[in-house]
Amino acid sequence: MKFLGVNKLIEIRQLTKQYGHIVAVSDLDLEIKEGEIFALLGPNGAGKTTTIRMLTMLTKPTSGTALINGYDVTRELDKVKKEIGVVPQHMNLDQELTAWENLELHGRLYKIPATERRKRIEELLQYVELEDRARELVSRFSGGMKRRLMIARALMHWPKVLFLDEPTVGLDPQTRRKIWDLIRRMNSEGMTVLLTTHYIEEAEILCHRVGIMDKGKLIALGTPGELKKRVGEVVVETFGGKDTGYKFFATREEALAYASQVDGDVLIRESNLEDVFVELTGRKVVD
Amino acid sequence: MDFYTVFWREMVVFRRTFIKFFASRLVSPLLYLVAFGWGLGRGLSMDGGSYLEFVVPGIVALSAMNTSFNAVGVSLNMSRLYHKTLEEYLIAPISASAFVLGKVLAGTVRGLVASLIILGLAFLFGAHLVVNGWFLLVVFLTCFLFAALGVVAAMTINSHEDMANFSTFVILPMSFLCGTFFSPDRLPKAVAYIIEVLPLTHASYALRALARGGEVLPISLAVLLGYAIALFLAGVWVVKKVR
Repeated sequence: MKFLGVNKLIEIRQLTKQYGHIVAVSDLDLEIKEGEIFALLGPNGAGKTTTIRMLTMLTKPTSGTALINGYDVTRELDKVKKEIGVVPQHMNLDQELTAWENLELHGRLYKIPATERRKRIEELLQYVELEDRARELVSRFSGGMKRRLMIARALMHWPKVLFLDEPTVGLDPQTRRKIWDLIRRMNSEGMTVLLTTHYIEEAEILCHRVGIMDKGKLIALGTPGELKKRVGEVVVETFGGKDTGYKFFATREEALAYASQVDGDVLIRESNLEDVFVELTGRKVVD
Repeated sequence: MDFYTVFWREMVVFRRTFIKFFASRLVSPLLYLVAFGWGLGRGLSMDGGSYLEFVVPGIVALSAMNTSFNAVGVSLNMSRLYHKTLEEYLIAPISASAFVLGKVLAGTVRGLVASLIILGLAFLFGAHLVVNGWFLLVVFLTCFLFAALGVVAAMTINSHEDMANFSTFVILPMSFLCGTFFSPDRLPKAVAYIIEVLPLTHASYALRALARGGEVLPISLAVLLGYAIALFLAGVWVVKKVR
């Protein structure tokens, strides 16, 4: 595993967002270190996007604080803006502009001088493999190309941390892997990444640490391995004719002992992050 | 110079779509000129001149209003609610006033071009009008203030339908009643008073006086300037509030 800095790049304390009576995010505490790929996981409406929107200053927190590289997101707006790159969930490229012009607009907004700007655009278009399409209108791009261009745009001003909200939603498997490779490559070059996803395998494959959110609260935090250990590393699935039962065990022996006592179809396997997720967020709904 | 970045983006798109813009801006003034200037107004005289010469400054004023308002209002409303491209500006380190100024100036440019198209057409229809610096200044202020109104409407109205409703209930009545096609003193007193307060009325008055070779009307100029400043500040305020 690569070296993770000790620097805390993102510090969130007691962060809360209320919309009227609805609490979207409640008392969130979280620290993200430099060089980490961190995923916020959770069902729809868990508060992931609201958290990102507060960290990127598109929504004001109701209470609590968040610091990015030491700058307060509610007070030092212009300083924070230079530290962060944002790739939102929805496609928000300028459809009336070409790929090049989209990057140029971003570069101008961040006041990058002309020569440096041109160099950076060329470099980034190459990085996301869009150099051949630079002069084409974005409205003709495929979903994967748009997503890559959005990542290039977010990187234009050399941010310290990149926010990706559902980076691979709606993409085909090949394109998805391409985006994952891109995220890994950026990270290996030192970029800190905070992403949200509800694709569990995405978090498991890509991320150093995962935080699971449910109903606005952070209910679990750790490496994928730690979280699996927490629910049990071995699962016994039993199918009783109507629905599947899951039971978690710390060791294979315990699992085997249990499996020998049940009737019907039995499957013993290693647990994955999806089990953790369902175990922690799903059960509450049923109970 | 942040406003220039916002303005630059608009001009890139304007250049790219200029032919379409030019053609579409020809249609409605041409219809107005044919219907009111040439068809209905032929042989009619207004205050000693031809009706055509009376109505052209009114058409310039209303086209300046419509073009500038729609150029900013519709596209900004779409960009806020539908394309979400507004976020790119909200996240960027630029001030609300730079953003609004860039957008408003871009809308003003479109309004000015539309007005010049009408003046060209009117000339072809045989109207004799004086177009001087004051005339262009009044058109500029008219464009500027309605572009700023476009920002205010786009940032506060939360659906495309209501945006269209705003046009129907506010912009469309002004197009017809604010001294554009006839003098408002023919209207009932109470209505005429309301009309006198509206900016487009003063744009029509000022342009008509100047087109005839008269002096600039200081009150009308002051009213337009007042509206331009007030609506610009309102635009900055509503953009600040969204952040």
